[in-house]
Amino acid sequence: MIEERFDAIVVGAGMAGNAAALTMAKRGMKVLQLERGEYPGSKNVQGAILYADMMEKLIPEFREEAPLERHLVEQRFWIMDDRSHVGMHYRSDDFNEERPNRYTIIRAQFDKWFSSKVREAGATVLCETTVTELARDDRERVVGVRTDRRDGEIHADVVVLAEGVNGLLGTRAGLRARPTPDNVALAVKEMHFLPRETIEARFNLKGDEGVVIEAAGTISRGMTGMGFIYANKECISLGIGCLVADFQRTGQTPYGMLDHFKQHPSVAPLIAGSEVKEYSAHLIPEGGYKAIPQLHGDGWVVVGDAAQLNNAIHREGSNLAMTSGRIAAEAIVQVKSRREPMTATNLSLYKKMLDDSFVIKDLKKYKDLPTLMHTHSQNFFLTYPQLISKAMQNFVRVDGTPKAEKEKATLKSFVRARSWTGLFGDACRFARAWR
Amino acid sequence: MNVEPSMRVEDKLYYNRYLVDVGHPHVKVRAHTTPSPQLLALLKVCPARCYELNDNGQVEITVDGCIECGTCRVIAEPTGDIQWSHPRGGYGVLFKFG
Ligand SMILES: Cc1cc2nc3c(=O)[nH]c(=O)nc-3n(C[C@H](O)[C@H](O)[C@H](O)COP(=O)(O)OP(=O)(O)OC[C@H]3O[C@@H](n4cnc5c(N)ncnc54)[C@H](O)[C@@H]3O)c2cc1C
Ligand code: SF4
Repeated sequence: MIEERFDAIVVGAGMAGNAAALTMAKRGMKVLQLERGEYPGSKNVQGAILYADMMEKLIPEFREEAPLERHLVEQRFWIMDDRSHVGMHYRSDDFNEERPNRYTIIRAQFDKWFSSKVREAGATVLCETTVTELARDDRERVVGVRTDRRDGEIHADVVVLAEGVNGLLGTRAGLRARPTPDNVALAVKEMHFLPRETIEARFNLKGDEGVVIEAAGTISRGMTGMGFIYANKECISLGIGCLVADFQRTGQTPYGMLDHFKQHPSVAPLIAGSEVKEYSAHLIPEGGYKAIPQLHGDGWVVVGDAAQLNNAIHREGSNLAMTSGRIAAEAIVQVKSRREPMTATNLSLYKKMLDDSFVIKDLKKYKDLPTLMHTHSQNFFLTYPQLISKAMQNFVRVDGTPKAEKEKATLKSFVRARSWTGLFGDACRFARAWR
Repeated sequence: MNVEPSMRVEDKLYYNRYLVDVGHPHVKVRAHTTPSPQLLALLKVCPARCYELNDNGQVEITVDGCIECGTCRVIAEPTGDIQWSHPRGGYGVLFKFG
């Protein structure tokens, strides 16, 4: 049993936990970080895009040291039906800048490196240790944790819950609700290996330039979901995710959808001949602003995915995790430097600082989108993609039909599928939720 | 649209590395005679196909291939149909890439 007492215990060595542990250790606090995986990253799954700005705030020199794959010069959005896709590509040489803004990464490797920086900063990092319970005193204040490794409790002034989307500890202790099927998505993912030159030729890249493709449409079969294809140096991350409630309702299988996506005529050529080396799955918090639980209490704070701090619309999560971890740590450091106790009132500083950051501001902006997407998923993920694709085909196919007639037919197909009021309603609902 | 699966899930799991904690399953199904709708949903939704029907029509789990996503927990823990925990420290799936 660890007899020592710590200033802070951080549960989890993902993006949020590492950011919190690093920030506190750098400021001289005595930090214990506990991770259930064999090494940090061994349990973590991501697309993955790393947002440089949030990383830079933690480790300014990360570009020289971290295992990064490619910096992104191009983003593609695809609207798919079963045989085609309508796409928007944004590519700019501006992204070939000295300090690129976004990179693809491989989480298991990145997390290992990130954790090495946490150790260097002086935190004690214990892997292969599952925290089983929060320890509380007779006044229900959190005073530490229990693990499966040692009997007895480890004590600290404050526990930072960075346990990710499943967040067993917080839910078991009644600090927040368990995620529900309609506020988490299940994503399945494969890693496809190909020679570097093949990837660069297929995606039109040179050197370390990278591309990401985000895809929506009939590939999710009317469920709220998205597919993604990210180019790494020598492999392609490819996956698809949908709301758990939709999987439950439709009885579709996640691996069936992944297969369907891989066999799509727009996707298959990109991964042809590849060697698959991993098949993974993970939940993504999609409830948005309305699903954010209580963020702090006596002796504890919660950060990252465990607090549903995830922007599903923009596919941002790890940056919100890093930022919330860092801000929680800064708040804790402030309370400690005033020599005050880690009470709910004092820790509300974390909530206040987070409210002022892009994390809560962004989530608030889209607070109505998750519900809208969910209740109108058939329209957004089945009907419109089919209509748009048909309209595009109509537009580009030259067959002697006068253009005015073609436009009329296209418009008619939209009205037939959704009716004027339906179209108008969808447009208004979408605009209102996006605003 | 029906697409022939390119390969079985069971075979996909061979790509992954696991450290199986023999005798300590981290997910358990409550004994039942007739499965609830939630339990039946797990037959399809579990991405590792850990859940199967036995000859008596009850839902059973084999956790060896579990990828620890937590989907079954979200669906079937509230009804008491399953008990879900993390594997003991170090055990379970070990992603090389993630
Ligand atoms: C398929 C997919 C694609 C994504 N793509 C992107 C993307 O491109 N860009 C982006 O920014 N975000 C993306 N995200 C979201 C991003 O991965 C998450 O938001 C981010 O990882 C959250 O960080 P976290 O630290 O809160 O949780 P996690 O990274 O999940 O870390 C939690 C850690 O806690 C540990 N842990 C949990 N419970 C215990 C316990 N009881 N005891 C000990 N240890 C414990 C876990 O092992 C894990 O290491 C994606 C997610 C998925 C699933
Ligand atoms: S946690 Fe995920 S992979 Fe494991 S049994 Fe449950 S649904 Fe299947």
